[in-house]
Amino acid sequence: MSQTVLELEKLTIALPSGADRANAVSDIDLVLRAGKVTCLIGESGSGKSLVARSILGLLPRPHVRIGSGRILFEGQDLAVAPQDKMRAIRGAKIGMIFQEPMTALNPLHTVGRQLDEVLRIHTSLGRAARRARVLELIDSVHLPEPSRIIRSFPHQLSGGQRQRAMIAMALLLNPRLLIADEPTTALDVTTQAQILYLIRELQREHGTSVLFITHDFGVVADIADEVAVLQRGTLVERGAAGAVLGAPTHPYTKALIAAVPKLVPPAPRPANTQPFIVEARDVAKTYGTRGLFGGRVTLALAGVTMELRRGETLGLVGESGSGKSTLARAITRLLAIDGGEILLGGTDIAQLSRRQLRPVRKRVQMVFQDPYASLDPRQRIIDIIAEGPIIHGTLPGKAREEAQALLCLVGLDASAAKRFPHEFSGGQRQRIGIARALALHPDVLVADEPVSALDVSVQAQVLALLADIKARLHLSMLFVTHDLRVALQVCDRIAVMKQGEVVEVAPTAEIFFNPQHSYTKALFAAVPGGTWQDRKAS
Amino acid sequence: MLEGFARFARNRMALFGATVLVCLLLLVLLTPVIYPDDPFKLAGPALQPPGGRFLLGTDTLGRDVAAEIAYGARTSLIIGVGATLAAIVFGAVAGGVAGYYRGRTETVLMRITEFFQTIPAFIFALLIVAILSPSVSSEIIAIAAVSWPSIARLVRGEFVSLGGREFVQACAGLGASDARVIFSHMLPNCASSIIAVGSLLIGTAILLEAGLAFLGLGDPNVMSWGLIISAGRAVLRSAWWICTFPGIAILLTVLGINLIGDGLNEALNPRLRER
Amino acid sequence: MRFARYMGYRLVTALPVILGIIVLNFLLIHLAPGDAASVLAGESGAATPEYMDELRHKFGLDQSLGMQFLTYVSNMAHFNLGYSYRNDADVSSLIIERLWPTSLLMLTAFGTAVALGIILGLVAATGRNSWRDNIISLISLVAYATPGFWLGLMMIVIFSIGLGWLPTSGFDTVGAGHEGWAEVWDVARHLVMPAVSLALFYLALYARLMRASVLEQTGMDYVTTARAKGQTERRIMTGHVLRNALLPIVTIAGVQAGNLIGGSIVVETVFGWPGIGTLAFNALQSRDLNLLLAIFFMSACLIVIINLIVDVIYVMLDPRMEI
Repeated sequence: MSQTVLELEKLTIALPSGADRANAVSDIDLVLRAGKVTCLIGESGSGKSLVARSILGLLPRPHVRIGSGRILFEGQDLAVAPQDKMRAIRGAKIGMIFQEPMTALNPLHTVGRQLDEVLRIHTSLGRAARRARVLELIDSVHLPEPSRIIRSFPHQLSGGQRQRAMIAMALLLNPRLLIADEPTTALDVTTQAQILYLIRELQREHGTSVLFITHDFGVVADIADEVAVLQRGTLVERGAAGAVLGAPTHPYTKALIAAVPKLVPPAPRPANTQPFIVEARDVAKTYGTRGLFGGRVTLALAGVTMELRRGETLGLVGESGSGKSTLARAITRLLAIDGGEILLGGTDIAQLSRRQLRPVRKRVQMVFQDPYASLDPRQRIIDIIAEGPIIHGTLPGKAREEAQALLCLVGLDASAAKRFPHEFSGGQRQRIGIARALALHPDVLVADEPVSALDVSVQAQVLALLADIKARLHLSMLFVTHDLRVALQVCDRIAVMKQGEVVEVAPTAEIFFNPQHSYTKALFAAVPGGTWQDRKAS
Repeated sequence: MLEGFARFARNRMALFGATVLVCLLLLVLLTPVIYPDDPFKLAGPALQPPGGRFLLGTDTLGRDVAAEIAYGARTSLIIGVGATLAAIVFGAVAGGVAGYYRGRTETVLMRITEFFQTIPAFIFALLIVAILSPSVSSEIIAIAAVSWPSIARLVRGEFVSLGGREFVQACAGLGASDARVIFSHMLPNCASSIIAVGSLLIGTAILLEAGLAFLGLGDPNVMSWGLIISAGRAVLRSAWWICTFPGIAILLTVLGINLIGDGLNEALNPRLRER
Repeated sequence: MRFARYMGYRLVTALPVILGIIVLNFLLIHLAPGDAASVLAGESGAATPEYMDELRHKFGLDQSLGMQFLTYVSNMAHFNLGYSYRNDADVSSLIIERLWPTSLLMLTAFGTAVALGIILGLVAATGRNSWRDNIISLISLVAYATPGFWLGLMMIVIFSIGLGWLPTSGFDTVGAGHEGWAEVWDVARHLVMPAVSLALFYLALYARLMRASVLEQTGMDYVTTARAKGQTERRIMTGHVLRNALLPIVTIAGVQAGNLIGGSIVVETVFGWPGIGTLAFNALQSRDLNLLLAIFFMSACLIVIINLIVDVIYVMLDPRMEI
């Protein structure tokens, strides 16, 4: 058994009065060992990030504070250590990286200066020695041209490069412990895979102990040696990664793992031979400003062609900036396109005027990504759902009656009707958004990342609801997602998008077993957790 | 929004501001009862110091300073509120159209707004009143003309951000008309910001009015605080009270209104909470 | 090189503003009731018929509206601002002559307001909800509600009439014949009260803004990163927060420059400061509208220049501004 680096003993973090519970976390016991990656996994609101912050004394004081317990590090209790002691530890013996590398870096300082700052705080090295060390670390995180990187400002780097720079900064002084607070959540899946690999590589090289905070079991499977599962502030299960993932004992852990969509395609279904209901032909869209002195133009869609058959679910898969959301919005005509045609049941709707568009709107409805932004905070639920039919001429009384019935259909209590959006959880709000879309009896449902803002357990419920409704109402669905696991579970066919183009379309099973395009292969290879569920099954 | 007002009520400074304003409104309402005579009429001997028969003394012509201040309060409030309302209506239309329709319309409208924000506001107001000849309505026009840009920028910003919000897109996706999107979703969702910024504008408008009247651009037939100070300036050396009390009235009024505005801002704009 | 190109770009975009002022002036002249020439000459009717004719000719008032506009633009472009009959002098030379006292007053007031406002805002934000914060917040609340001209009058009552410490008005002591440092000291004594009256409102504004800005920045993730590096709170404030917090202040300061010129009119009037403000007040008294319009034009040009400088400062402070 390797050496203990840090130990949490009955750690309790108190929340201010008026919060939804008295303690963010209670009586947490956790041991972090040298050379091991310990994943602390939990859903939103479980208190996992506060545990990470409490170790370095970075809790948002004075509201949140350590209530009781000890944080033992090198013979000291960090829970009660004075500020100057803590400062000597921060950055030198314990490094930390964060979720959003853009905001975690000071936008006005060069990357080099921000790394240099760590050495200036903790060492008495001369200028040249510091510079050499910074360049060495920049190189070790595999950033190209270190001498250029240190002169760059954060906004001049990509998201992955910024996170690499953060990692370099955290590891400058060879800390014994690295705390990583959801370091890959804001990154695309291929970048995530690279960063995970990098953390693993550096951690092995230096024997660093890593506390890795995440909500993603796939990531856990890729990186963890040990796992601790946090449920609303209570540590329900911990142990070696293989044991916890392979044979979870606590019901919560079991439920969570069961909710993660498996990376396997659905059983092959007979090919859909229905006619096309939506066709996009050479759809082009550029964003940007053209000014007197030139402007910046981004090509969002470079002539995309795709078809959706009646009764089919087509997945649009790609990383951020691939144009998948733009295409979804173009098909719903929420966005005007620059060129090409969008055929709905054979007629081009791309050039229709607002007036001509109104009857078309009924036939294509959208479910949005962010359950907190997609409902008007000042409307009652019943009015949100009934608004569409009322716009299209249904009498308000009748529209509300139907809305009431829809609430039941999406699995919400009838009493929800009179309440406001903020009284509901993310998953419930997403159900309301689905009911709103269904109120107009559409033929096509366009779902733009409908579950990516939800916790995994809620995600499974919403996906089940969508599948159920689609079958019952004979809908066709365009399903936009960045998550290949979800796409495999939901879609009949998958279209992979990259930089405004569809690079590959194929039935789900085919694209899984026999991807043609190199980018498709890269995407599948990068899915965190890869095949751990298979291994478990075999 | 109701929650917002509850938060407002817990803010002691804002409550103090509200108290000041209520007292001022009472004064305005009761003025015809307390001082039934025309404030321009002579009330007694000239240059009486405060404390005697006249609570706040008399001015160079023997008019009662207290009566002058009471009547001036009405002028200040009418002009402050009138100019602010005009600025809000005009600014909201300009900013709303720019923020909703975007594109070239937005570019043109915002360039015009920036232009009016760049030019020296007070001199512009001065010119308008001088050209339209001094009166309450020309003061309202002038102050509104220099105040609308801030509202326009606010509303445009709110509309641009709301336009990107999914619930507004969802409504458009349902087939709603522009009017429905604007009036039932966007305006209600930025009303609280407009109220908060608008209430601060009233204070600025009252200060502007005082400045205009001080320079002799007030309505010569209506009593106002700036006018009293301007008239008392010549005898500052011998009769300090004529200038002092109207100034205190301005200070308290604007302070009260600003405190209410701050309170509303904190209460209604969640982003600013925790400050 | 890129910087020079950016400056060129900004100069070009500033031109429409100048043109806009000219259009606005032109509109204002024609908005006024009565003959444009009498508007320009002043309502009091003190102008001679020859002068009226000269005005009509100079502004092309005997021509079509389009021609009048072109003539007007051309006059303005050549800084040919007309003649002030009231002052018996050329308008442009009248304004230029007064430029120095006004610039001195404005720069002093502006510098004080920005520097002190930033410091007070920083002090208030770092000791949030402490007695320091409460006192600074209270003072800025009161200052924010005080009319500058009234403050000036009250200072005269207290410091000049009551205590006799400072002179009531003027730029320097007339006939004293001070030279060198004695002259500087004399002007400074005259400058104190006008500068304070003008600065206080803006000082309060910047203090409030700076406080809010610092508090916003201290909640940012990069501050947590700096803490996680082991940086001290003091260095986090000076090394990270301060510069980020200054950015919005710089923007607002540029916008407020125009209001400062307006404020100087009332303040100069109170203290008889021989600058553009007093000139404007006199023009107003004698209804010399042409002079007033010229002052409006000139101060707008001044603001355009100030905004250019502010833009340059902003670009230097914020590397995200791609130039």
